[in-house]
Amino acid sequence: MTTEQRTIRVLIAKPGLDGHDRGAKVVARALRDAGMEVIYTGIRQTPQMIAEAALQEDVDVVGLSILSGAHGELFPRVVEELGKRGISPEDVLLFGGGIIPEDDVPALKAAGFKAIFGPGTSTQDIVAYVRDNVGERV
Amino acid sequence: MAADLVRRLLAGERRALARALTHVENQSAAGYEVLRLLYPHTGRAHTIGITGGAGAGKSTLTNALAKEYRRRGKTVGIIAVDPSSPFSRGAILGDRIRMQELTGDPGVFMRSMATRGSLGGLSETAADAVAVMDAFGKDVVLLETVGAGQDEVEVASAAQTTILVLTPGTGDDVQTMKAGIMEIADLLVVNKSDLPNTDALIAALKAHLTMSEHGAWLIPILRVVANKEQGIAQLVEQLDAHHSYLHRSGALQSERQEQARHQVVAAVQGEVLRRILRQGASLLDDLTQQVAERRTDPHSAAERLLAAVSGELS
Repeated sequence: MTTEQRTIRVLIAKPGLDGHDRGAKVVARALRDAGMEVIYTGIRQTPQMIAEAALQEDVDVVGLSILSGAHGELFPRVVEELGKRGISPEDVLLFGGGIIPEDDVPALKAAGFKAIFGPGTSTQDIVAYVRDNVGERV
Repeated sequence: MAADLVRRLLAGERRALARALTHVENQSAAGYEVLRLLYPHTGRAHTIGITGGAGAGKSTLTNALAKEYRRRGKTVGIIAVDPSSPFSRGAILGDRIRMQELTGDPGVFMRSMATRGSLGGLSETAADAVAVMDAFGKDVVLLETVGAGQDEVEVASAAQTTILVLTPGTGDDVQTMKAGIMEIADLLVVNKSDLPNTDALIAALKAHLTMSEHGAWLIPILRVVANKEQGIAQLVEQLDAHHSYLHRSGALQSERQEQARHQVVAAVQGEVLRRILRQGASLLDDLTQQVAERRTDPHSAAERLLAAVSGELS
């Protein structure tokens, strides 16, 4: 079993209260079509729920989608909850997407999000980004 | 590495459980080592397979069952299987959507699994994942399958008790499930039983059961409305009854032997296939071409492939 290509597992989650999950679903589907296993948890997830799902599913990647404007509050809290479970931003590739102003990006990157994708990003770019940046498993 | 992982898992570390499941699912060398070390710790959980057609409400029922077991102080492991795309090999695993309320409960561990078109069949990995949850110390392990079909019969065979979920108004259900899947059910659950035609379905099921042979266990038919959590307590009582029946009657022992045989055969199948494909990949391509062009037939091709790699198999 050395030749088998590793299957990348991704959690796509929507923190907070906005119910618009079209974007999250489009990304989930693009990652699936690229051969990844995507765990989709639905809307209105708390940071605890997202971190817990990431732990139980042992994912390589966590992608958060948010349109409500609460990213500055919720994204770092997801990192915090992951940390409580012994998962650091070095263990999983964190990325975000949605309506996120340029000015907010540096703070999110400092919090551990490796990439933030805005409206208009091609799904192929996201797929390529995940493929190129997903870490080696220890 | 595997030994350390197993030590942490047995100490109750949930991240170790998650990683062990990954290794097992990948059918990696580490995964087999983890299983070897964990196997002596298995055999304590009540393992329950939940199967039925798409849209029958398997996830919702699994969610309701997990909550009821938690109310009764039992810890619960869940393995929910969704299909992989045969083309991209990717998958969307969406069972957590219906199990959100369980996420915050430390007594529940839920894992999504894709079918992966795995060599040796999903039954192999599903049974292994159940074993890992069992060794971790979960009192109950719920294994939710994809939908209905021959594969499901095998997957369900990884569990001690099998629930078949049916819904009224989908007339074909009974028809399509008669072959194979009705026979493996220990309990029949009619979900969405607040819908019309429930009585007709139950009558049809009763008639079917009367005609089929059965052992000492009489298969109960239960009315459930999973999303309203109606009938779930009675279902758990019947599940407990089946569990104690298995112990009391000695059926557990024979069922275990049957499962063990099945698992060994599935493991052999998987391993043989892996070795053949590792060793004979180019010959396989060549033979495939010949069969496609009708220059040889599939069975002769198989003979030649096996002959060519027979050294690898021993």
